[in-house]
Amino acid sequence: MWGEQILLDAGGSPAIMGSTVNENMLSPYRALDLTDSSGFLCGKILSDLGAEVIKVEPSGGDPSRLTPPFLGEHPDPDRSLYWFTYNLGKKGITLDLESPEGRRLFLSLVEKSDWVIESSPPGYMERLGLGYQELSRVNPGIVLTSITPFGQDGPYQDYKGSDLVAIALGGYMFLCGEPGRPPVRVSFPQACLHGSGEAAVGSMIAFYDRQNTGEGQWVDVSIHASMVPVSMNAPPWWQLRNVIVRRQGTCRAGLSSGAVQRQTWPCKDGFVTFIVIAGTAGANTNRGLVAWMDEEALADDFIKGIDWDSLDMSTLTQEMHHAIEQRIGRFFKSHTPWELYEEAMSRRIMLYPVATIPDIASSPQLESRGFWAEVPHPELGRSITYPTPIIRDSQVPFPMGRRAPLVGEDNDEIYGGLLGLSSAEIDSLRRTGVI
Amino acid sequence: MTRQVFESLKVADFTWAVVGPMMSRYLSNHGATVVKLETATRPDVVRTTPPFKGAHTHRDQSGYFSMFNSGKRSLTVNLSQPKGREVAHRLVMWSDVVLVSFAPGVMARWGLDYESVCRDRPDIIMISTTNLGMTGPHASSAGFGTQLVALAGFSHLTGWPDGEPNQPYGAYTDVVAPRFGAASIIAALDHRRRTGKGRHIDLSQLEAGVHFLAPLLVDYFTTGREAIRSGNLDPVAAPHGAFPCRGEDRWLAIACSTQEEWHSLCQVMGLQKMAEDPRFTTLEARKLNEGELGDMVARWSQTQEADVAMGLLQQAGVPAGVVQDSRDVSNDPQLTHRGYWVELEHPEMGRHRYPAPAFTLSRTPAQLHPSPCLGEHNEFVCRELLGLSEEEYIQLLVEGVLE
Repeated sequence: MWGEQILLDAGGSPAIMGSTVNENMLSPYRALDLTDSSGFLCGKILSDLGAEVIKVEPSGGDPSRLTPPFLGEHPDPDRSLYWFTYNLGKKGITLDLESPEGRRLFLSLVEKSDWVIESSPPGYMERLGLGYQELSRVNPGIVLTSITPFGQDGPYQDYKGSDLVAIALGGYMFLCGEPGRPPVRVSFPQACLHGSGEAAVGSMIAFYDRQNTGEGQWVDVSIHASMVPVSMNAPPWWQLRNVIVRRQGTCRAGLSSGAVQRQTWPCKDGFVTFIVIAGTAGANTNRGLVAWMDEEALADDFIKGIDWDSLDMSTLTQEMHHAIEQRIGRFFKSHTPWELYEEAMSRRIMLYPVATIPDIASSPQLESRGFWAEVPHPELGRSITYPTPIIRDSQVPFPMGRRAPLVGEDNDEIYGGLLGLSSAEIDSLRRTGVI
Repeated sequence: MTRQVFESLKVADFTWAVVGPMMSRYLSNHGATVVKLETATRPDVVRTTPPFKGAHTHRDQSGYFSMFNSGKRSLTVNLSQPKGREVAHRLVMWSDVVLVSFAPGVMARWGLDYESVCRDRPDIIMISTTNLGMTGPHASSAGFGTQLVALAGFSHLTGWPDGEPNQPYGAYTDVVAPRFGAASIIAALDHRRRTGKGRHIDLSQLEAGVHFLAPLLVDYFTTGREAIRSGNLDPVAAPHGAFPCRGEDRWLAIACSTQEEWHSLCQVMGLQKMAEDPRFTTLEARKLNEGELGDMVARWSQTQEADVAMGLLQQAGVPAGVVQDSRDVSNDPQLTHRGYWVELEHPEMGRHRYPAPAFTLSRTPAQLHPSPCLGEHNEFVCRELLGLSEEEYIQLLVEGVLE
C-alpha cells in the first residue's frame, strides 16, 4: 500500500499503524519549501500540522529575509520578524538550484519528499529542468504546489504581482476605504497569505488523492484568484442584479434596500463595531442594547417602540437607519470600548471593540487559550513571542517548533543524515558553492 | 466525468453563514457527499442575505448562499423533536467528518458533541468553528464575522491615518479561517487512515485572523512598535497606492519596490527627468517626498484609461493593476482563462455563476454542482444515505420532523 511505503521512505520519525495519538497529524511527511515571502504561509501550515518542512534557500540566503518589519531600526537579513514568524518550525538548507550538481541534489531530496512548494515565475522551474514532469519522474507521488501572482498561464501569466496589485485586480480594494478618497488595502500585506492559505488546502487535497492512488499532481495557485472570495457577495451583486457595490468607509453597503449602515462607532477613547441586524439574527442583540440604554436613561420612545422581530433589512430606509444610529451613537460615546464589550458579553449583545495591536497582545481570551509562546533565539540572546499553531485539537497540544532557520543551518543533518553524504562530500559542495 | 478526490468521503455539515460552508465547499467541489443540515424555521442565515436572483428575499435564490454551498445536499430536520435528533444522530454515525458552528455546548444538548459521538465512533473527525474558540473566558461571546473583523485588528488597520477606522468589506475573517480549517480536516483524515483515530479540531476564527497579522504582533512584543492604518503606504515601496484614472471612480494600483520599476514607471509616464530629480532618486527620498510623488503620478494617471495604463506599465515591468469593481472581476480575462467562474443551472435561480477554487489541480480538478434548495434532498438523504424505509421516511414527513 502506498501509504505504508511513504511511512518507510519519508519522514524523520516513521509512524506505524496504531501509534499513539500524541503524534502530529502529518509527522511522517516532508515538504521542500522554495518559496519567497509570497508563499511562506503554505509551508507554515503544513509544518503546524506536523510535517517536516525544509526551507531551501540559495547560498547566501533568500532575498525575502529582507521583508519588514525588522528587529531593530534597519533592514537586516538575520532580523526579519516577517521571516521569523512565517518560517517558525521549518528546517533550513542552502542549495544552488541553477548548478547541475545542485539540480541533482534537489532531485535526490524530491525522491524523499511528499510536497515541493515554490513561488518562482511561471516557466522558471522548467528551465532549470525541475518542472513537474521531471519531479514526477523521480517521484511519481510528489505534489508540486506553485504559488504565483496570476497562475501558470493565461493573458496575465507574466504580469508582475504585488500585494496591492492582487487586491486591486481581485476586486477587494474597490470595496474598502472612504467614499471620496482612493480605495485602500489593509495596512499589512494580505494577498500572499490568502494565496498561501489556498495553496495549503490545494496541497492537502492533492496529497489525499496521492495517498489513495500513488499519483501526485501539480497544484497551480493564483494569488489574484485567492482574493476574489474575500469580496464575498459583491460579485454576485453584479452577476445577479447588475449592482456595483461601493466602499463606504465606516459603514457597510451591499444590503438589499440599497441603504448604508454604520459599522464602526466612536466611543470614549476608541471605537467599537456594531451592526443593526434586523429579523431573527439581530433581534435579541437589538432588544438587549435598547434595554441597557434605557437603564442609563438614553433610550427614547422612538427606539423603545421599534419591533425588532418584524424589522426587515430589505425595506429598512436610509432615514430609519439614521434615526436608529443617532441614538445608538450617543449611547456608545458615553462608554469606553472595553466597558461596552464586557457588558455586551454578559447581555449577549453582538458588539466588539475595534482592537488595536496592544489590545490583541493583551487579550485575556488569547492568553487563556495559550495562544502565545516564547521561542528561544540563542544567537540573539533572547526569546521572541509568537502565536502558537492555529490548529488546536481537544486532546493533543500542538508543540511549538524551533525558531526559523539560520541560513544553511540544517545542511549537515539533511545532506548527511537524509541523503547519506559523507562530511568530505558536504565540504566539497560547500567549497564549490553548491550549498 | 473523471474520478473525484473525495468521492467516497461522507460529511455531515451542521454549519451556517460562511466559515463552515466554505470549509465543506472545498470537500464538495472535489466530490465529497456533503449533507447540510438546516431547518425551515431557521435556515442558514445567508439564504436570506442578498443579493437574490429576483427583486425580493427568497431563501432559494440568494447568490451569497449559492457561492458557498456548491454541490451540497440540503436536509431540513427539526432538532427540537426527539425524532429529528434521531435523524441527526444517524447522519453523524453515517459520516466521516462532522462540521459544527454552534456555540460551545449546543451539540452536547443533543448528545452530538465530540465526547458523546466518540464513544460509538472513535474515528470520527469533528471540527468546531467559533468566533473565539471552544474554551476561554469569552468563548460564549456571540457575533458574526462582520463584527469579528474589528476584534481581530483589521478595522484598526484599514483606512487613513487622519480618519476613523474603516471596516474592511464583508466578513473578512470568515474567508481567512476556512483555509486553516480545511487543510486540518484533510490532515486529520490522513492521520485517521494511519492510526484509526479521529480528532476534534477547535478552530477559533479570531486566532486565524491574528495569524494573518502575526508579524505585527511579534513586532509589538519585541520592539514596542504599534502598527496603525496607513492608507496605502508601504515601508519598502514608493510610489505605492491607487491613482485616479479617466472615468468615474476608476483607479490604478501601482507598486514600485525596486529602482528598476521606478525608472520604468518614469519612462512610461514620459517623465524621465523625474527619475533624476533628487527628491525622487532613491526609495528613501521618495518616501520623504511621497505627497509630491503621488501628485505627479496622479497628474499622469488622470489622463489615462485604467486598463490601458495597466497594460503599458506591466509591459515595462512595473507592478500595476486596475482597481477592479465587481463587473470587472466578473469579466476578468485572466480569471476567465483559469475557468474561475463556472456557470451552472440552478432549479430556482436558472443559470448563474459559481466561483472555483483559486488552485487548479492538474489531474483531478474541482467539479462544481449547483447549491441546494432548502430541503431539496430530504428523501435522497433519508432513503439512500441513511437507509430509512419508505414507511419510516413518510412517517417523518407526516410528523413534521423534516420541516
